[in-house]
Amino acid sequence: MRRAKGAPSEAPLVVSGKSGNALHVHALEARAERLGLHQGQPLANARAMVRPLRVVPADEKADAALLENIADWCDRFTPLVTLDPPYGLYLDITGAAHLFGGEAAMLSLVTQKIGEQGLAVRGAIAGTSLAAHALARYAPRTITPPGGEAAAIAPLPIAALECGDKALRALRHAGLKTIGVVAARLHSELTERLGTNFVANLKVMLGAEEKPLTPRRPLPDLMAEQRFAEPIVTEDLIAASLLSLAQSLGGILERQGRGVRLLEAAFFRADGKVTRIAVKMGAPLRDPRVMLRLLRQRLDALADPLDPGFGFDVIRLEALLAQDIQPATSSFDSDENARAQIAFLVDRLSARFGEHRIQRFVPQDSHIPEAAGVAIPAQDRDFGEWSLKRQPGFMNGSGAPRRPLRLLEKPEEVQAIASVPDGPPRQFRWRRAQFDVARAEGPERIAMEWWKNAGLTRDYFRVETQDGQRFWLYRDGLYHQIGAPRWYLQGVFA
Amino acid sequence: MAELRHALAQYGLPPDRPSVMLGEPRLDAVLGGGLRPGALHEVFAGDWSASGFAALLALLAAQSSTAQSSTDRIRKSLFWVRPDYEAMEYGAVSPHGLAELGGDPNRLILVRTRNAADALSAANDILGCEHVGALLLEVEGAPKCLDLVASRRLAFAAGESGVTVVMLRGGADIEPSAALTRWQVSSARIENDDWGAPVFEAEIVRHRLGGLGRFLLQWDSEHGCFNTPDHGAVAAAPADRPAYAPCQRRAI
Repeated sequence: MRRAKGAPSEAPLVVSGKSGNALHVHALEARAERLGLHQGQPLANARAMVRPLRVVPADEKADAALLENIADWCDRFTPLVTLDPPYGLYLDITGAAHLFGGEAAMLSLVTQKIGEQGLAVRGAIAGTSLAAHALARYAPRTITPPGGEAAAIAPLPIAALECGDKALRALRHAGLKTIGVVAARLHSELTERLGTNFVANLKVMLGAEEKPLTPRRPLPDLMAEQRFAEPIVTEDLIAASLLSLAQSLGGILERQGRGVRLLEAAFFRADGKVTRIAVKMGAPLRDPRVMLRLLRQRLDALADPLDPGFGFDVIRLEALLAQDIQPATSSFDSDENARAQIAFLVDRLSARFGEHRIQRFVPQDSHIPEAAGVAIPAQDRDFGEWSLKRQPGFMNGSGAPRRPLRLLEKPEEVQAIASVPDGPPRQFRWRRAQFDVARAEGPERIAMEWWKNAGLTRDYFRVETQDGQRFWLYRDGLYHQIGAPRWYLQGVFA
Repeated sequence: MAELRHALAQYGLPPDRPSVMLGEPRLDAVLGGGLRPGALHEVFAGDWSASGFAALLALLAAQSSTAQSSTDRIRKSLFWVRPDYEAMEYGAVSPHGLAELGGDPNRLILVRTRNAADALSAANDILGCEHVGALLLEVEGAPKCLDLVASRRLAFAAGESGVTVVMLRGGADIEPSAALTRWQVSSARIENDDWGAPVFEAEIVRHRLGGLGRFLLQWDSEHGCFNTPDHGAVAAAPADRPAYAPCQRRAI
């Protein structure tokens, strides 16, 4: 597949590529080919043969991006699309061809649609990926019947094996010109001469073995899609289509006793652009109206709204992750209902603002104040496991908190004056304000994790200012360890 | 005529629900039995300690709504909504600190939003769910989106679902809003030797249902209520009449 470049101009066009330090012809127009140029030729030779010649440098990144876009577009035919760089795509159409009127009709539909977008395209259908690869290049529009790969590729030249220059030379030297002749030789001979890889590839090509393809995107557990003869544009129609898809997906989930945890809606625009929107749920879900509502929330929160352009011709709903719904022991009280309502609220908020913005706290096994609790997405954890038992000595008799309600994101350095070197501060300046300490509590000595070599030992003080505000300060390091330890303010008490 | 007057006085007020007892008897009396659930309460920060006071009000409201739910096995969550800016400026919520005050970090769900407008819309969503324990909403300054309409909407949503919302306002001037009560809170210091529980000086500066007053409150995390501290350094204002001229607070 080559990029068709713009409108024809007077001079034939070639794309130059660099290999080693020399420029060569990377790709060329049909007209240039008729003038005797060929791919891989040194650029200087090409310039000498044809004059004038238009040369543009190859942009491999753009080519790769284009291939990705085409692959996205091809998702409408089958969810199993694999890249075959630099110019190829594999579409696994097992079980999909009948949706498009059979293999022949599907092949011509795919090639025609891609051709309409201004691309030169060749395609073939075969039972194995390598056979299809060879046929698409050397005998396009071939459709092999099941088991007919060996016969179909037998007449192809040995170049179709794509086995590297060295092996090709060896084969030519032996007088083997087509794949059929090569395949007729004993495999043990070929292995000895050309290695096991060559024979393995040959077997795949002949349809005797299959090499698994890795699809670009994970295969959804379930999906439902709707195709439109006429692309749809209006929001009402899109919503109606999403609802009917959610209903059919919900029906399947119901029969299987499963629910969706990760839902993705894919909108295929008629001009090839594909927009995907994923929604994550805290608990498996199968109610279509709830699915629709979460999708809508997500759509409304998009930075650049869903642009139908000339309309969507395919809308697909995929359950990327489906899980069994544990049938809850149904009780007659409202517990279950309340829990479900809160879970749904969390899902809705997560769909709107992003899952990392709705958080629960999980305790960590660390004595370092800032590491003792981490916030994780609330969807991931139904309920924390915070033990409410206070640690001995955590509270003193007066009921004063030992830990501040607010921890600053990062401890802030303050200028503090202490009356005695190891004692609490008497005065400190923080955020350009002066605070006089009326009383202080401490120190509470917290050593860093020495096995991580993580810093100095901290002496924490709770201090109360003249007007009653309470702060949590620490001295970073001990006097006998470093000369002049700095003071930091880490938190504010209630 | 008297009926009409009564109906007008009740207009826009949240439906009657059992009040949230705050503990200090005089304060509860002024509030008419305690903090009214399913209503909007504004806490204006005089200094750093106000956030603790607001958190305690929300905790009490969440606990009380749990106690009143039909089954007490499900513990209701406290939602804490705050724009990212708040966390940068005023520090993140510390689960340990909350536990120290008597709250349950398991029941805390933190919603961090990009800005105040998002925070308000998240708050409206949360108030729509009656199984939420309470909501604490932090808003810094006076953002444009927080106008009278927005606060009316919050108050209405709270009244519909019965979820109490405490709005913590830092660095803001008092302005008209639909809040049922409005508090001005700063820290206080009492002169005694030991390092005791936190003390707040809380003043009710607006109350749509009656009394105002200034109170010195000490948090008792053991019993989960407010008390009068042993040695009051600040003279408490009379409970039966406003401590200040009320005219400017009758803005609405």
